Amino acid sequence: MATIQPKVEEPAGDELRLVHAAKAGDIGAFEELVRRYDRNVFRIAQHITQNREDAEDVVQDAFLKAYQNLGNFQEQSKFYTWLVRIAVNEALMRLRRRRPERMVSLDEDIKTEEDSMPREVADWAPNPEQLYSQGELKEILGKTIQGLPPSFRTVFVLRDVEGLSTEETADALDLSIPAVKSRLLRARLQLRERLSKYFKNRVGGDGKQ
Amino acid sequence: MTCSEFLKELTDYLDGAMDAQTKAELEDHLQWCHNCYVVCNTTKMTIEIYRESHLYELPDDLRGRLRTAIVKRCSGHNPGDSPDSAPDSPK
Repeated sequence: MATIQPKVEEPAGDELRLVHAAKAGDIGAFEELVRRYDRNVFRIAQHITQNREDAEDVVQDAFLKAYQNLGNFQEQSKFYTWLVRIAVNEALMRLRRRRPERMVSLDEDIKTEEDSMPREVADWAPNPEQLYSQGELKEILGKTIQGLPPSFRTVFVLRDVEGLSTEETADALDLSIPAVKSRLLRARLQLRERLSKYFKNRVGGDGKQ
Repeated sequence: MTCSEFLKELTDYLDGAMDAQTKAELEDHLQWCHNCYVVCNTTKMTIEIYRESHLYELPDDLRGRLRTAIVKRCSGHNPGDSPDSAPDSPK
């Protein structure tokens, strides 16, 4: 069975030049960095906060904070990984504000073996995308990921949606590599379990196919 | 190899991050265990479907408004003049 191919990264050859120019006060260079990564930051923020307005605020606040803290960026990692770290912290802060009654932490590590043990083992239709319209599919995917604990969906979005490596994800979230791997496995399995009820092969059944 | 052992290795297997011997053992298990084959296949589809779904795309009009607001807010500051506790670079 083929493995998941990592996302092809865009060449970042001139990124350091932009960072240096921005550090020297060139706002145009910083705007170029915003243009490069605003879509990613928005996607990450909305995955974590599950709220459009919060995600918009996170994009603004994360870039402002990055600009104000450029002097602390040591250039030992990619600018993007550093920016993601800021954005995740901002997003978690918004989530905590909105749900003060619930503890929201990246250290959250829900200890249940069963939650990851596969119960649904029916294969899926060969092409689940054909079972639903684009809009229906987005609704299913959004609703499904919303049900995961924030610590799981944060790891999943960085690793599997944004294509960060395990090491970069660990750096950005200040987690150990085993912690990232453990959360990623459970996030993947829980999403799989929940999506199975929509996508399992229903040929001859009473499903939509 | 048991199904539980297979499951523990699933993430590394899907990411291609393992040595040849472990990979061969996992693939041997997949040959005869239909349940693990389905779990592996549908987990891979889960990842691909999220990756390709374009969930939470930033619309162009909102993108423009956000960028204007960011540049405006940054223009009032010098880079590095953080009022807050500064985040360190990732380790």
